[in-house]
Amino acid sequence: MITRESFVDEIVSLIEESEVSLPDDVERALEAAFERESDPIARSQLGAILENIEIAREKRIPLCQDTGILIFDVVVGTHARISFDIRDAIADAVAVATETVPLRPSVVHPLTRKNTGNNTGKGLPDVLFNLVRGSSLEVSLYPKGAGSENMSRLVMLKPIESDEIRKFVLETIISAGGMPCPPVIVGVGIGGSSDLATRLAKRAALRPLGPMSEFEQELCDAVNALGIGPMGLGGDTTALGVHVEMAHSHTASLPVAVNIQCWASRRAHKKFF
Amino acid sequence: MRTPIRKDSLTRLSAGDLLYISGRIVTARDEAHRRILEVLSRGERLPFNLAGGVLYHCGPLVRKNNTGWTVVSAGPTTSERMTGLTPELLERTSLSGIIGKGGMRGLGDLFRKKGCIYLAYPGGCAALAAERITRVAGVHWLDLGMAEAVWEFEVDRFGPLIVGIDSQGRDLYEKVLKRSRERYSPPR
Repeated sequence: MITRESFVDEIVSLIEESEVSLPDDVERALEAAFERESDPIARSQLGAILENIEIAREKRIPLCQDTGILIFDVVVGTHARISFDIRDAIADAVAVATETVPLRPSVVHPLTRKNTGNNTGKGLPDVLFNLVRGSSLEVSLYPKGAGSENMSRLVMLKPIESDEIRKFVLETIISAGGMPCPPVIVGVGIGGSSDLATRLAKRAALRPLGPMSEFEQELCDAVNALGIGPMGLGGDTTALGVHVEMAHSHTASLPVAVNIQCWASRRAHKKFF
Repeated sequence: MRTPIRKDSLTRLSAGDLLYISGRIVTARDEAHRRILEVLSRGERLPFNLAGGVLYHCGPLVRKNNTGWTVVSAGPTTSERMTGLTPELLERTSLSGIIGKGGMRGLGDLFRKKGCIYLAYPGGCAALAAERITRVAGVHWLDLGMAEAVWEFEVDRFGPLIVGIDSQGRDLYEKVLKRSRERYSPPR
């Protein structure tokens, strides 16, 4: 059993960890991009990114001022003994972390634009639960900035238009240009329904970097061949990876969504039990 | 370069050049743009000086201390959101430059006419930016919230800054995107 108090403390630490440092896979990919970059302007951008990562980690400060909206994936076992409201405790932790890390208050009412001041509000932080067998409790956390999120796109293709998927992805990347802070990780969600496709795209964008499927590698090579480069100033690396997640769909539908993650692909994970 | 910057000193810079800025920069994003234009359209004076100045598209993360403010993390925000209000802003002020990220589409002509430059600071490099901000010289309109308020920063060798749009209207982003479109051949 874990008390609410120690759970909140652990989540606050998890938030701090996610904001001040990058996962190894992302940092390695950025270093590799710097090593192979041939364009001097692009090298200046990647060099600044690597220096920034170092400073943030050493000084324990958020590596980007856009500390994002916070997305939590909670895995709960059917036999886990938890005596408090997890969603409520996570929201409390976000409010505490806003003061202690600190985080930039970035959450506002969608119409009045009034800032809540503590990064919580209706529907935020975004907490998703996955129920599994057993007695585990695991929390994954993803701070998501708006620069890359604003470039998200969804299209409902005709079922016979699967050739259009590549075109849709490339056109999305071209129209985004330097705005989502490339080098990016591109998430593509294919199938399901409109909302499932967008969720798949986001899961894909948040997935750790690693070996890609043939289809993903082909898309990634096509994206990098565009030469948009770091920050849209030209260069060899526009995407660190392209990830695709699929679901079955209705026979009359082919939803395709793209979600983009900036180079600051922040995430943290903790297994409580 | 050191602020304030005379516009005639900008003509020697070309899109793609790298530079650093020292002196004072003033932040403004969406809401601040709206308010600056409201104040100026009423014929009133702004509480900060933009003459020969450099505007920074930034919503910083700052922390209050005993004596004032400390900048924790302060990278650029996406400039494209300010594209609509920038022509009027450059018309009504005598800004010399704008720092941001991602570029400002279709404004090459405007920057040429006004003799201004757009400077790209690497997006997300907010801890590095905070290192080069030596002092918060002032803050205005905090009612807009921390991110949307106007912050006056003293900076020392702020950069790396890449000239994204030069004072002749040459736009590096446009050049890169044009090449991308040429390389991109949709399947037929």
